[in-house]
Amino acid sequence: MTSLPTHTERKLGLVIDLDTCVGCHACVISCKGWNTENYGAPLADMDAWGETPEGTFLNRVHTFEVTRDTAPPMVVHFPKSCLHCDDAPCVTVCPTGASYKRVEDGIVLVNESACIGCGLCAWACPYGAREMDGAEKVMKKCTLCVDRIYNENLPERDREPACVRTCPAGARHFGDFADPDSHVSRLVAARGGIDLMPEQGTRPVNKYLPPRGRDTLETPALASLCDPLPDTPGTPVQGFLGWLDRALERI
Amino acid sequence: MSVQPAPDLSPRVSDEIRKTTCYMCACRCGIDVHMKGGKVAYIDGNRDHPVNKGVLCAKGSAGIMQHLSPARLRAPLKRVGPRGSGEFKEISWDEALSLAADWLRPLRATAPEKLAFFTGRDQSQSFTGWWAQAFGTPNWAAHGGFCSVNMAAAGIYTMGGSFWEFGQPDWERTKLFLLFGVAEDHDSNPIKMGLGRLKERGARVIGVNPIRSGYNAIADDWVGITPGTDGLFILALVHELLRAGKIDLDYLIRYTNAPYLVNAADGSENGLFLRDADGKPLVRDRRTGHAVAWDAPDIAPDLAAGVEIAGTTHLPVFRHLTDRYLSKDYAPDAVAKRCGIPAPRIRAIAAEIARVAFEEEITIPQPWTDFRGVRHETMTGRPVAMHAMRGVSAHSNGFQTARALHLLQILIGSVETPGGFRFKPPYPKPPEAHPRPHAGHVPGQPLDGPHLGYPLGPEHLLLDEADQPKRIDKAFSWEAPLSAHGMMHMVISNAHAGDPYKIDTLFLYMANMAWNSSMNTTQVMQMLTDTDANGDYVIPRIIYSDAYSSEMVAFADLVLPDTTYLERHDCISLLDRPICEAEALADSIRWPVVQPDRDVRPFQSVLLDLGARLGLPGMVKDDGTAKFKDYADYISNHERRPGIGPLAGFRGPDGMGQGRGAPNPDQIARYIENGGFWFEHIPEEAQFFKPWNAAYQNWAVARGLFDSPQPYVFNLYAEPLRRFQLAAEGYGSRQPPDHLRARLMEAMDPLPIWYPTFTDAATDPAAYPLHALTQRPMAHYHSWGSQNAWLRQIHGHTPLYVSGEVWRARGFRSGDWATLTSPHGRITLPVVRMDALNPHTVWTWNAIAKRRGAWALDACAPEAAQSSLLNHLIHELLPPKGDGLRWANSDPVTGQAAWYDLRVRIEKAPAGQRVTYPAHPAQASPVPNPPRDLAHQVKG
Amino acid sequence: MHPAPSLIVFTVFSGLGFGLLAWLGLGPALGQPEPLGWAAFVWFGLGYGLAGVGLLASAFHLGHPERMLLAFTQWRSSWLSREAVLAVAALAVMAPHAAGSVFLATPLPAFGMAAAVLAVMTVAATAMIYAQLRTVPRWHHWTVPALFVVAALAGGALLAGQGCAALWLLLLLALLMIAHWRIGDGRFRASGSDAGTATGLGGLGRVRLLEPPHSGRNYLLREMVHVVGRRHAHKLRLIALALGALLPAVLVLLAPGSVVALAFAAVLHLGGMLAARWLFFAEAEHVVGLYYGRGGTAPTDG
Ligand SMILES: Nc1nc2c(c(=O)[nH]1)N[C@H]1C(S)=C(S)[C@@H](COP(=O)(O)OP(=O)(O)OC[C@H]3O[C@@H](n4cnc5c(=O)[nH]c(N)nc54)[C@H](O)[C@@H]3O)O[C@H]1N2
Ligand SMILES: Nc1nc2c(c(=O)[nH]1)N[C@H]1C(S)=C(S)[C@@H](COP(=O)(O)OP(=O)(O)OC[C@H]3O[C@@H](n4cnc5c(=O)[nH]c(N)nc54)[C@H](O)[C@@H]3O)O[C@H]1N2
Ligand code: SF4
Ligand code: SF4
Ligand code: SF4
Ligand code: SF4
Ligand code: SF4
Ligand SMILES: [Mo]
Repeated sequence: MTSLPTHTERKLGLVIDLDTCVGCHACVISCKGWNTENYGAPLADMDAWGETPEGTFLNRVHTFEVTRDTAPPMVVHFPKSCLHCDDAPCVTVCPTGASYKRVEDGIVLVNESACIGCGLCAWACPYGAREMDGAEKVMKKCTLCVDRIYNENLPERDREPACVRTCPAGARHFGDFADPDSHVSRLVAARGGIDLMPEQGTRPVNKYLPPRGRDTLETPALASLCDPLPDTPGTPVQGFLGWLDRALERI
Repeated sequence: MSVQPAPDLSPRVSDEIRKTTCYMCACRCGIDVHMKGGKVAYIDGNRDHPVNKGVLCAKGSAGIMQHLSPARLRAPLKRVGPRGSGEFKEISWDEALSLAADWLRPLRATAPEKLAFFTGRDQSQSFTGWWAQAFGTPNWAAHGGFCSVNMAAAGIYTMGGSFWEFGQPDWERTKLFLLFGVAEDHDSNPIKMGLGRLKERGARVIGVNPIRSGYNAIADDWVGITPGTDGLFILALVHELLRAGKIDLDYLIRYTNAPYLVNAADGSENGLFLRDADGKPLVRDRRTGHAVAWDAPDIAPDLAAGVEIAGTTHLPVFRHLTDRYLSKDYAPDAVAKRCGIPAPRIRAIAAEIARVAFEEEITIPQPWTDFRGVRHETMTGRPVAMHAMRGVSAHSNGFQTARALHLLQILIGSVETPGGFRFKPPYPKPPEAHPRPHAGHVPGQPLDGPHLGYPLGPEHLLLDEADQPKRIDKAFSWEAPLSAHGMMHMVISNAHAGDPYKIDTLFLYMANMAWNSSMNTTQVMQMLTDTDANGDYVIPRIIYSDAYSSEMVAFADLVLPDTTYLERHDCISLLDRPICEAEALADSIRWPVVQPDRDVRPFQSVLLDLGARLGLPGMVKDDGTAKFKDYADYISNHERRPGIGPLAGFRGPDGMGQGRGAPNPDQIARYIENGGFWFEHIPEEAQFFKPWNAAYQNWAVARGLFDSPQPYVFNLYAEPLRRFQLAAEGYGSRQPPDHLRARLMEAMDPLPIWYPTFTDAATDPAAYPLHALTQRPMAHYHSWGSQNAWLRQIHGHTPLYVSGEVWRARGFRSGDWATLTSPHGRITLPVVRMDALNPHTVWTWNAIAKRRGAWALDACAPEAAQSSLLNHLIHELLPPKGDGLRWANSDPVTGQAAWYDLRVRIEKAPAGQRVTYPAHPAQASPVPNPPRDLAHQVKG
Repeated sequence: MHPAPSLIVFTVFSGLGFGLLAWLGLGPALGQPEPLGWAAFVWFGLGYGLAGVGLLASAFHLGHPERMLLAFTQWRSSWLSREAVLAVAALAVMAPHAAGSVFLATPLPAFGMAAAVLAVMTVAATAMIYAQLRTVPRWHHWTVPALFVVAALAGGALLAGQGCAALWLLLLLALLMIAHWRIGDGRFRASGSDAGTATGLGGLGRVRLLEPPHSGRNYLLREMVHVVGRRHAHKLRLIALALGALLPAVLVLLAPGSVVALAFAAVLHLGGMLAARWLFFAEAEHVVGLYYGRGGTAPTDG
């Protein structure tokens, strides 16, 4: 199963909007909650109340600072989970076939009962999207909530990934990138969605929308907005009163 | 190739979904609690809920871990070791309640004020206040005094409502949004959802904050203001807008007191409004030049000219306002340096506000009729919205800064208009429509009225015959005349000092006063443990209700363990702090979706039980037995006024009553059926212009929000403040002490002003060059989050973020620790460099640091070993000024604690220093040690 | 990368074992004197033993060794699977030759040669487990399989008493070690991955980690974000080079044919290879470090 499918019917994945993500970690914890209770073994937390807690998370939010020469520095919150790569190196390295990419929708999964916990797939992933569970010793990764998106026990409107459903800012979008008319494809086209580390040759399915321009507010247009002559140099109040009188006459 | 595995794509999610209300913070989102085999398996957001519409924050999703926390208390506790040690024995409820009743009964009979009952962010304030009133003590309040009373009071006095629970931006229509001093706020999810909507629509967001993180990180433009100077910046924007004539004169004339004539004659009426014989404020009619009642029909109120009476010219409010703000003192160039914002940027922001407000005005084709009876065919709005929180309010100039912000909103006509800021019912509600504060206590009797309220003049202060404060926290005294939420942060120090009097029992509920919610934490811990000459505790008795093993628990004599939020009834009431939306009336409940597995009880039910044991009026039947079985019984059957109870929905015998109606025994069941909440849309014609909209006013009366329509105009000029100034000038029978006169004259200005924070004014910038702030992490709620196995991994320690400038100047390297010193104390923390930071500011996360032994955490946990509270650096009093007096470190108008006035200096900690300071002894844990690892899964 | 002892032992010992077995398998073809009987038992035993220890150590690295059989299934795509298959194949094919030598004093050169090829392929496959990883630029290079194979053959030669071959192989090994380090030092930069490409924010300005996602620890940090002090690494490189290649070479040169010298050289070589392998892991930077403020360049503090 370790060979990659040559073609997947659909390419399901996420669009993450870096212009909108406020870094609230809601997606991190909803993912933890859903996946602790569902797909495979619970996501364990070792030394949970101790000195060095270390838990398994399938989605984590980093924060970067971008310093610029002529504008104020920016802060960008950066959620990251599995990108469900088309050329997923994590799959081809797996010795057991536990890691695989689904033919029907391109989701990359780990079959936990076949995983020997060698960790090689995590090494092969450039994005840090795989974590070995501390208690169960099997590889864990984002399942794209495969057990939600097709789940007949969930109402139709809830058949989307937990992280997408919960994101308060609406910074996460789920859909089919194989369909050029899908919501996600259109977002990527409109906002210039990008790949992470394209030089790694993984061809990620998930896309990131870069932050829009920041700190672009231009200096005074106020003069052009002014009603005639409110401002008489030297005596602002006097000039203002003249304007006020005229303005009140017009009301 | 082997065949692709076929995982179960349709696992059963739950046997049942129970819909209740989150309480991982005070935002109160609706949650779907997924149950498996009677156990809580998974929590997600309720899609139909008005607050969160399905989304959930990190804390909300982690609620399951809070519910399962090893720090949960297990049974009532009676102290056996010294206070603060954490040594307790578990006792029965009967013993606990008898003990409490035995302590309180004699107090009520002889001196009810000797009970001080203060509560945290509990959301049952209308209930606890009612209980305290029945007990008869004047000493009750919740935490608002140290939280955001500046914001609340400035909003109420200026325009009948403020941000958060009081109102919200018109997220769907706003085109320019300015956010002042907000990291997270109470409206956690709605703000994020709102920002998401703005981003989706491409609206511009401007973040005014010394720190560019969180919401400010996604702001299109960031204004890295120097702390404490927002008022100056805002008034510079006002200056620019006035200068350019970019103000909504029509709006000002119709809906504000801008045209009111201000008495210019010397004497006790100076600065108050000119009024007619009926007491109606006068305006100048432009057509006749006469002074006429403000609401007289067919007049054209003037904003420019005054009227001359007996040789004195009385000018309208608007003239006072323009005279002040057009002054060069408020010009961008004059304020730029102080605010740390280049003047061109201030001008650019003013220009953008003007452009959007007046060139992108929006019109909704919705006719409406105003309170004067004038019909308007459309609703026109200026799509500039603003929001602010504790970055503005937690300063000693916060009240006036918040007023300045409202002034700015009102000048451009963007309050209660489409695209601007909108109130949420039961707001708008002017100060006059609120009660006055009460402190009339008589042994054995209930208090003479509600504790808290809005004074309209010195006559409403709570002072005794000797002009001494009647309340233990000195709220509503000359030191903080408009302390509308009380001053919880002063209770322990005042009780310890016996000033203004000694108390017997300190009863606290859900407030970690021995740690993160007190200033001056180390000394507060000392005050709680101090003994007098006889070896008795200076504060004789402390009763505390908490659900977890917090720091405060260790200082109680008697601990009443609460349930978790999934195990009890709660009511998020219109009488209190409801969950309404700008377009709807709403309230909600919590209900026990699981039964507790420990010997704990819901605090509200315990309070009712205690009330019944004490025979408090309203809590016992004529035969002396308990009137309410439990809190749920109270929620459905208590009536505040006839037909008005804690819950507004499903009232009356048929459950059809909305707002008004007789109690309905099935009410809670109806709420549960409905998803835990009740919601009613405001009629379309009543959606905007609420203070002046006849349809809204009538609807509000029908729903029981008011008993009669209460239209009013906005107070650009706040007359009640002027009354205090007059007293300070020597007028009136109630006079402030001399040392407060000058300060009252300055701070109680009826028009918004800016003055430097008290700390800034008194600090030598060379000795303490930096401002130090905390921010709330989005994934933690104060001290609660650290017991949560999932959340504590996100924020487990408190790094100190310093600007690149400070980093270079101090030669920091990654891995270094720094010593922060304030005039009051010293702490050490690991440093992290952050460039997107006001260069004169350092900051860390709020309330992550823990005392060793608390919260069932390991003694070496990073929360204790690599974290510290800025609270150790903050004193509730300012450093001595040499005048023999100690001045409070709070806002002079409201008494709000000035957390963010803090000034510090920073040094590199000695090499190898890897421990935080100060070091407190560990507290013994009243709960057993937790297991090491966690892998929780409810097997279906 | 975290220099896990299990992996160091695995790669060094199995390399040495398969190297020795390769020489034992090749012996007849090279016309070398054959160990027979007890001697064969000792030599083959050593070879099997070293390879076995290595493979056992690798099992320690697994979360679920009981499912190890599954690792033989994916040889079409996975180098780790290939390594497992090859290792078993090498050991199995060697068995008749070894048994023949020990019990019947009859080596079976055809089996021996085939097994020798398989043994070398096993070592190469082991190396490819690392060299295939683009995510670790230092490893993603032909020097890695070359180094592994030459190290195995050199060590094997020492153990097999092939002094002459050992000498040349050790010198080649020294060159390869230096090449691996010199080239490796520039690999991360050459990979083109940096914080800018990792986040896609590079076009906006200089990108720096402000806050890691969790203040708590995680598997990735433990496993892949390991930092060694530069000076420390330099010293270790010298030690590894000296012990692993140069000193053994000198010994072989000074006392050609001396069993004691060869044995001593082998011990030195083993120590050197353990050090070199520690460095191999410890110095390897994974691109995921870019998401944690590491990688390529030091975190910008100044
Ligand atoms: N997740 C989470 N949510 C919470 C809470 C929590 O603990 N966790 N607590 C709740 C409570 S009780 C409260 S009171 C609210 C508070 O909600 P916020 O007001 O959002 O909380 P703070 O973290 O106090 O944020 C204050 C912000 O003001 C900025 N600031 C400080 N001084 C100044 C200044 O002078 N000018 C300007 N412009 N900005 C300044 C700080 O940088 C910071 O970003 O949050 C509530 N919501
Ligand atoms: N340095 C600094 N200090 C600050 C602030 C700041 O900005 N900077 N902000 C201040 C502000 S605005 C606030 S509001 C305070 C907040 O400070 P606190 O109100 O003290 O907040 P918490 O730490 O959450 O403490 C609340 C207590 O309630 C308990 N609790 C939780 N759930 C339950 C329950 O269901 N039942 C009961 N009975 N108890 C429960 C918790 O265990 C905890 O002990 O902090 C203030 N302190
Ligand atoms: S992101 Fe990593 S784990 Fe996910 S498919 Fe790509 S390489 Fe594999
Ligand atoms: S850890 Fe599991 S999934 Fe990953 S490569 Fe090894 S066997 Fe495959
Ligand atoms: S799609 Fe599901 S598994 Fe993946 S990050 Fe989101 S919540 Fe986690
Ligand atoms: S939930 Fe949404 S806004 Fe919050 S961190 Fe995740 S992606 Fe960002
Ligand atoms: S904001 Fe989060 S913690 Fe607060 S009530 Fe909503 S979901 Fe719960
Ligand atoms: Mo607060």
